[in-house]
Amino acid sequence: MQGRQCGFDMKYKQIYLDHASSKPIHEEVLKFAKPYLNNKFGNPSSLYNLGLESKSALENARDKISDFINAENSKNIIFTDSATESNNIAIRGTAMRNINDGKEIISSSIEHMSVINPMKDLQKNGWAYNQAPVDKYGFVDLDKLNKIISNKTVVTSIMYANNEIGTIQPIKEIGEIVHNKGKYFHVDASAAIGYMPIDVQKNNIDLLSFSSNDIYGPRGAGLLYVKPGLKLQSIMPGGGQERGIKSGTENIFSIAGMGEAAKIMKNEIKNESDRLIKIRDKLIKEISKIDRTYLTGHPKKRLSGHASFIFNNIEGESILLNMDMYNIQIATGSACSHKTLEPSHVLLEIGLKHEEAHGSMVMTLGKLNNIDQVPLIVKAVNETVERLRKLSPLSNN
Amino acid sequence: MANVGYSKKVMKHFTDPKNVGVIENPDGYGKVGNPVCGDLMEIYIKIKDDIITDIKFKTFGCGSAIATSSMITELAKGKHIDEALKITRNDVANELDGLPPQKMHCSNLAADALQEAIKDYKKKKN
Repeated sequence: MQGRQCGFDMKYKQIYLDHASSKPIHEEVLKFAKPYLNNKFGNPSSLYNLGLESKSALENARDKISDFINAENSKNIIFTDSATESNNIAIRGTAMRNINDGKEIISSSIEHMSVINPMKDLQKNGWAYNQAPVDKYGFVDLDKLNKIISNKTVVTSIMYANNEIGTIQPIKEIGEIVHNKGKYFHVDASAAIGYMPIDVQKNNIDLLSFSSNDIYGPRGAGLLYVKPGLKLQSIMPGGGQERGIKSGTENIFSIAGMGEAAKIMKNEIKNESDRLIKIRDKLIKEISKIDRTYLTGHPKKRLSGHASFIFNNIEGESILLNMDMYNIQIATGSACSHKTLEPSHVLLEIGLKHEEAHGSMVMTLGKLNNIDQVPLIVKAVNETVERLRKLSPLSNN
Repeated sequence: MANVGYSKKVMKHFTDPKNVGVIENPDGYGKVGNPVCGDLMEIYIKIKDDIITDIKFKTFGCGSAIATSSMITELAKGKHIDEALKITRNDVANELDGLPPQKMHCSNLAADALQEAIKDYKKKKN
């Protein structure tokens, strides 16, 4: 917005590098789902044809998503309104339903706030909440995790990959650790979905969350996979939709769109991921050449579309605003860009100092990117860093 | 509609800040903030007959930290130090057509930095 205010968009074509925060809806998805906004508006709980048409769209989406993540059965897919809601239902629903097993919950220290905050909320209500630490790349310390899972633990939640540093966790191995203790394993796949194939059965996952927009579907729909036999308490009692776990008239437009997005994504994920890795590695190679610049997260075991950096002596919000002058949209973990005015907990947990965490830049790639954009991005980053360092009293440049 | 993001004036001072740099052998020097908190400002002043004849800044921080630094140098230049000392954080924010509420405290330190620089000058003089 600021860039446009200054008239910079006249000069530069937009290069969008913030796919983790929002993605445009796929054209085919929009075409597929649009009739459910107006003509096909029936309530799927109604028994006349108009309702059955919506019911059929709902079940069709469930089948496609079940196929996409290799669920045992489409019955194991619960539709929600967002990944945040899915995370809340997975954690609170499992915890409350299985309260007799104990009152302990676990997550990694670098989870998204939609996992950490429901857990903190349970903690306020008498639950013990432990966090497994991570190393400098953001990998969960498996020995520590193994130690903190006790016979009183109900649910352990570890993200598939991290949205701020891109590191992919050894999910299958973590699942084994949790299952060896006979406990439930929840995985927030919001950052990972669409960047790599995800198979819930092969990876020992009991509960999985992501949102429709994560796979280029419309906003307003989320998914919660629940392994057969796992019982959840409803945190939204009502008319009994979605097996009573998530009541409320279904958002058929977004759900149908999410199903179609999953179908398309299943077919293109391998090629798309390979394509993004090429762009990612070129960006990492070129941007890492800048003086006092460091990659965050693991160099290889990272999401195909994720490149994240720390620039010493400059501040992330300034980087974001300056990049917007080139009509390039990036994200930052700097405090100044957050509502809480705290730097990203993820960057602090991987061992960065506050003053380092302030200089973060996150680029998340996707369909709007191609390899030809790399030189333009690299030039803009170089000029941004140079300009801000000239302004900075911490830098001699 | 509520004000979203930064004003045009903030962005103008962010993209094209005035009086950036350092003054060798300044008559006054002020430094406020801390890189740990994400904001650090340094202000250098030259003074003749208690008038601020030259002023420069260097700032590490967010958009509003840079814009407020640039603005304070414009407001203070040519002013008598007694007048310059009266410039408040609110004055700086108002001159920039406002700052987002969360930025009023953390990144609006420029007035404080100027006051530190003038205090430094007075101390040296005495």
